[in-house]
Amino acid sequence: MKLFKIRGGVHPDDRKQLAAGQAIETLPLPALLHIPLQQHIGAPASPAVRRGQRVAKGDLIAQGQGMISAPVHAPTSGRIVGVGSYPAHHASGLSVPTVTLQPDGEDRWSDQIQGVADPFALDPDEIATRVGTAGIVGLGGATFPAAVKLNLRKKYKLHTLVINGAECEPYLTCDDRLMREQTDAVIDGIRIMAHALGVARIVIGIENNKPEAQAAMAIAASAHPNIQIARLPTRYPMGSEKHLVQTLTGRETPARGLTADIGVVVHNPATAFAVHEALRFGYPLVSRVVTVSGGAISRPCNLRVPLGTRVQDLLDYCGGFREEPARLLSGGPMMGQPLPSTRVPMVKGSNGVLALTAAETNLREPMPCIRCGSCVLACPCGLVPLDLAAHTRAGELEGAVSRGLMDCIGCGSCAYVCPAHIPLVQFFNYAKGEMAARGRAKQKQAETKRLIEQRTARIDAIQRAKREAMAARKREADAKKKAAAASLSTDMPTPLPTPASAVETEA
Amino acid sequence: MSIETPAPNAGPFAHERVSISRTMGLVMLALLPATVFSFWQFGWPAIYLFTVTLVTVLLAEAVCLWIAGKPIRPFLLDGSAVLTGWLLAMTLPPWAPWWTGVVGGLIAIVIAKQVFGGIGQNLFNPAMVARVALLISFPLELTSFVNPAPLFAAGSPDWPQGLAITFGGQATDAFSGATLLGHVRTELAQGHVLSEILPGFYTPMTDAVGTLSGSLGEGSALLILFGGLFLLYKRILTWHIPVAMLGTLALAATLMHFVDPEHYTGPLYHLVSGATLLGAFFIATDLVTSPVSLRGQIIFGAGCGLLVYVIRTWTGYPEGVAFAVLLMNACTPLIDHYVRPRVYGRDRKGSPIEYADEIEVSR
Ligand code: SF4
Ligand code: SF4
Repeated sequence: MKLFKIRGGVHPDDRKQLAAGQAIETLPLPALLHIPLQQHIGAPASPAVRRGQRVAKGDLIAQGQGMISAPVHAPTSGRIVGVGSYPAHHASGLSVPTVTLQPDGEDRWSDQIQGVADPFALDPDEIATRVGTAGIVGLGGATFPAAVKLNLRKKYKLHTLVINGAECEPYLTCDDRLMREQTDAVIDGIRIMAHALGVARIVIGIENNKPEAQAAMAIAASAHPNIQIARLPTRYPMGSEKHLVQTLTGRETPARGLTADIGVVVHNPATAFAVHEALRFGYPLVSRVVTVSGGAISRPCNLRVPLGTRVQDLLDYCGGFREEPARLLSGGPMMGQPLPSTRVPMVKGSNGVLALTAAETNLREPMPCIRCGSCVLACPCGLVPLDLAAHTRAGELEGAVSRGLMDCIGCGSCAYVCPAHIPLVQFFNYAKGEMAARGRAKQKQAETKRLIEQRTARIDAIQRAKREAMAARKREADAKKKAAAASLSTDMPTPLPTPASAVETEA
Repeated sequence: MSIETPAPNAGPFAHERVSISRTMGLVMLALLPATVFSFWQFGWPAIYLFTVTLVTVLLAEAVCLWIAGKPIRPFLLDGSAVLTGWLLAMTLPPWAPWWTGVVGGLIAIVIAKQVFGGIGQNLFNPAMVARVALLISFPLELTSFVNPAPLFAAGSPDWPQGLAITFGGQATDAFSGATLLGHVRTELAQGHVLSEILPGFYTPMTDAVGTLSGSLGEGSALLILFGGLFLLYKRILTWHIPVAMLGTLALAATLMHFVDPEHYTGPLYHLVSGATLLGAFFIATDLVTSPVSLRGQIIFGAGCGLLVYVIRTWTGYPEGVAFAVLLMNACTPLIDHYVRPRVYGRDRKGSPIEYADEIEVSR
């Protein structure tokens, strides 16, 4: 199919050969699982189990809260040994609400688990509900609840489902392996999602550095004329949703908008696989495929990992470190996050654990910017990174925002090519965080102001009403006096209630 | 996400194998063939002058860094000072006295670079600032050119004679010659027409190969071009500035030549003579002082080309590359402010893109 060019981008050394040849292995059950209650974007789930309770595999252990949230299920059968907090799978290493499960070794599915014989006979709403209750989130790393994305059909006119098999981050091979090994299941999941979205056209985008996956998917898709395989040029960040859609359709997603604005919804192959499992067999999302790789890993591999497994358990299974890593990362090297320790648990969004050597990270002391313009050439969003960084450094965050800071997708292409080794993304993250904090403070201020204004208005209204009532009473009294001679009347206007207490509490 | 940290160490955790010293090193590598050729052409004095200039810039840079309290080693080794000195030396007459290199080197590093705040901060190309300052202060020394006297050729100075020329001010008149640009300007000013002036003095080939008198780096147009192409190939440069500059210059020359062939030289003359190619590939393209966006670079390059032509043709100076580049350097902040790439998902004005047909997509 015809592809369109995107601007910028870089060609990092993809290092996929380290793990690409390794078939997906199932990680043996660890001694303990630490399952965080928030593994998705949105409101945290609230615990639905008590300490000491026995659970079967797939039992609900935390309930999603509100519109954008996802439930969490038991990755195996066992006993809940703690409902408390545990260090998060996050650079900060802060403790977050976590359920700790001690596997009983039986790995017994709950008997309530039940699949659907023909998902295509289901109503789209019903599919979305099932995807939602299975706790499925975007497994490419975004962890946005998949059901919410399937429901976009209600607000947007959709025509295409794009499957993002670009996997443009170096090292990562989990989607590649899944597409090669579970081809039919992935295609089935994709078709179910397309049915739920009500779109006719499906495009599966796979980068040219995965010829096996391209071939396997092309064969499996040949039975379905509405599925097209797009062979994408190998270029980072091809897997950025908006850039992938531009490559396939030639259209840019409007700024601050969603790809749904131009009729396209993007899902990941791993998400499609999870949807297949949830619909056909009723399995909730309790495990995922993770690439463990990097120059410091003895035996790079692709593992199917129960959620909540500690990073250390994965490393042990892969033979530990070949040498002391300079960096331990979650996700790919371009957009991944440093892991604070190997104790933290694997979550729905973690697609890779990388242990990189110093030679691989090639970290150097930053030098001053030499205005070489490499970052400008590399930025896929048309920004001028050196300018954004200069404004951020000078503390002029508004200046950075007016130059497109909020349009930055944080892909790191600019920092990757910078000959001065300036940590550009670090500047941008700081500025974005600061702007978000300011935004929240402003919102709070505005809210306070609004409440005060409301209160003043209410008090005014009450006083006005009182005055009017008084005036009315006076008028009537006057009128009555005049009419007193004629007749005696008792209908006095009832005085308005003064809900003073209500006003105070509301304000 | 519920957790927000200022991301003390955000990615990427991989980096292309690039560095400032690599960039500068490749530029020097690209200059090397032309430089070596010029050494051979102009002999020992050229080698001495070059060395003196380089030593000066290195010392000046080290002292400035020390005064500014910056780490000396990484900044000295980034190669930017050496490159500045190198480019400056390339624009000096090869037999100029040693102190031109010293004064020029000091101006370039101290005034044009470090006073602005060091690497990356300077508005003007340091080598060109030094060159223009020298030209204005010492017009005689800066315009005394010699005809090539190849190393070891009969009659050319041997190394002690070279020392005497560079350090003793004993330049002999025997070799003195005018540059092509200078010669043609003088003759034109005396009322001669080109058809009388050029034959016998100039063929594009002598200039391209570099057997005419000129400054150190104006020697061989071909070798400079070769170096420039190497930089394009290595992606240190993009084609935008050189092509825009050479294109504009050629266009202006063609138009004027077409109007009056007796008084305005043709495009090839302008392209291969003087510092045109050195300027287009090595001076105008200086990373620090040229615009960062591609469209900005085209404007910048075109401006340089046009100014070079104007200065060469209608002002008192026969060569205009240095002035042209400095003038355009001054415009760089303005260009960078107004000429930016279009942001993804936005139109040129910065508003989110809107599509007329909400549903219909390209296929
Ligand atoms: S991180 Fe932001 S500024 Fe840098 S290349 Fe990516 S989108 Fe552009
Ligand atoms: S890549 Fe680095 S050195 Fe070059 S302009 Fe951008 S920030 Fe400056």
